[in-house]
Amino acid sequence: MDATTTAAHWTRARLEPSWLAKLFDSKPFLIVVCLLPAVGLLTVFLTYPLGLGVWLAFTDATIGRPGRWVGFENFEWLFEDPIFWNAVFFSVFFTALATVGKFGLGLWLALLLNQHLPMKRIIRAVILLPWIVPTVLSAIAFWWIFDTQFSIISYLWVDILGLRDRYFDFLGDPWAARFSLIAANIWRGIPFVAITLLAGLQTISPSLYEAALIDGATAWQRFRYITVPLLMPILAIVMTFSIIFTFTDFQLVYAITRGGPVNATHLMATLAFQRGIPGGQLAEGAAIAVSMIPFLVFATLFSYFALARRKWQQGESND
Amino acid sequence: MMHAEPRPETNVPEALAWETRTRRLVLLYLPLACFIVILLFPFYWMTLTAFKPNAELYNMQEYNPLWIASPTLEHIRHLLFNTAYPSWLMTTMGVAVGATFLSLFASTLAAYAIQRLRFRGSQYVGLAIYLAYLVPPSILFIPLATMVFRLGLFDSPFALILTYPTFLVPFCTWLLIGYFKSIPYELEECALIDGATRLQILTKITLPLALPGLISAGIFSFTLSWNEFIYALAFINSSEKKTVPVAILTELVTGDVYQWGALMAGALLGSLPVAVFYSFFVDYYVSSLTGAVKE
Repeated sequence: MDATTTAAHWTRARLEPSWLAKLFDSKPFLIVVCLLPAVGLLTVFLTYPLGLGVWLAFTDATIGRPGRWVGFENFEWLFEDPIFWNAVFFSVFFTALATVGKFGLGLWLALLLNQHLPMKRIIRAVILLPWIVPTVLSAIAFWWIFDTQFSIISYLWVDILGLRDRYFDFLGDPWAARFSLIAANIWRGIPFVAITLLAGLQTISPSLYEAALIDGATAWQRFRYITVPLLMPILAIVMTFSIIFTFTDFQLVYAITRGGPVNATHLMATLAFQRGIPGGQLAEGAAIAVSMIPFLVFATLFSYFALARRKWQQGESND
Repeated sequence: MMHAEPRPETNVPEALAWETRTRRLVLLYLPLACFIVILLFPFYWMTLTAFKPNAELYNMQEYNPLWIASPTLEHIRHLLFNTAYPSWLMTTMGVAVGATFLSLFASTLAAYAIQRLRFRGSQYVGLAIYLAYLVPPSILFIPLATMVFRLGLFDSPFALILTYPTFLVPFCTWLLIGYFKSIPYELEECALIDGATRLQILTKITLPLALPGLISAGIFSFTLSWNEFIYALAFINSSEKKTVPVAILTELVTGDVYQWGALMAGALLGSLPVAVFYSFFVDYYVSSLTGAVKE
């Protein structure tokens, strides 16, 4: 603070700063100016729509009609709708299975990449590709891979390996379609999980492993008692993100199945879109979207507290 | 499991070199190779299909589907001259650049205010911006669509430029707070003593030092804007104003017979700009990805 006053004094002695420069030296003004663009953008295009969405869910708005308050009518309607419950079921199933797959395989890949490898940088760069490329475009590639007549997987399985005599009907059968979508989601999620967990692994000091090795710990014990606990904080954050964005996924399903066959693969987001935008039932779409919020809050709290617990139980300070 | 004879590998202190060659092959290189093959196969398949003539594409018995007998540029020609693909590319580029600059501007100032102009409650502002990142677009697109309509921005790229920052600003702010944190206070104090104004400190000292952070945030914003789908699908209606991901799915998929060659060519060309852009800045990209998570 001393420095500031002296500086101001000296400046005045040398040359008189313009009123603009003075204004930009006043801290409250600067704080307001600096925060205004970000806070303004987020308030107008995020907070307000969030509230508006909740309000819309309690109205009967359609495209072109503002709508009036109808209370819980939309939700009562939805609760009797088997398609909605199917979407809820598939959203939970999709998220659970895809998360387990992504984190299992992603952690494995991270452990592999944490070893001493030739061409590590190139491998790491190449592995991130599925995550860089627009989801819809890789989803279209998967759509083609899952084609009924010309699927390359069917070709390899049936014509080359001869393990089956009929081609797979990946997207025609409800359960096959569900698992195909989950596989595509895992494929896209592995790189993000692997690269972020790898960053976590690299912060673990090798001396811990050396000490454990000297104490005669097995590979499993070293993983279980050194890697896992030290990876937990970063795992909790990555998992929170992963669950939120898997649960609200839209692009993959919209590109590959559009909710079909017979609405079996609708996620809540795709159902909300279908009812709200092309269907014109804004209020119903908003009600479906709002129904996602409790799941998201629960998933966030669960993954954060269940996984990060270890850390605050031990009373370590956050670094 | 004790493995006797640790092999001396003096140049690699961190690798606890106790594995035999075969063990390393089976447990490390084999799974890694499988991962790489599976993660890259869809791109190989995409590229292959984009250059494969229809006669080969739909005849897997006579031609080996994993290779091309006579490559063709027919699909790409069709895409560039018979569809509005070039204009989709231009729209996407414009939207991505616009949204990136807007978000960088807003988040640099916000991060500077939160990290450097410490004020009462600055952590709470930071926390609020971080929480904004957890609100997914799937919840927001319906109310945003009604807003965009009322603002008269429906079917205009400006609707996208203004809404993309909702997911870009939180991420970039968060990333930049981390970068600003790493710049020593003393540098700013020196400048203050030398009579620099706050604005001069920001433009002449803090921003140049935070350049790697700005580049990371910029790359990230560009990629995320390029990949965005749901807003572009909901807010844009006319064919020539669509972005590449939306246009490929809605304009190229026509009728019951899918033009797989053209679809894959479109997907390939749409992925290339981000892939090329990414390859120049891999390290920034990885550091921003991991840095933001570690923060």
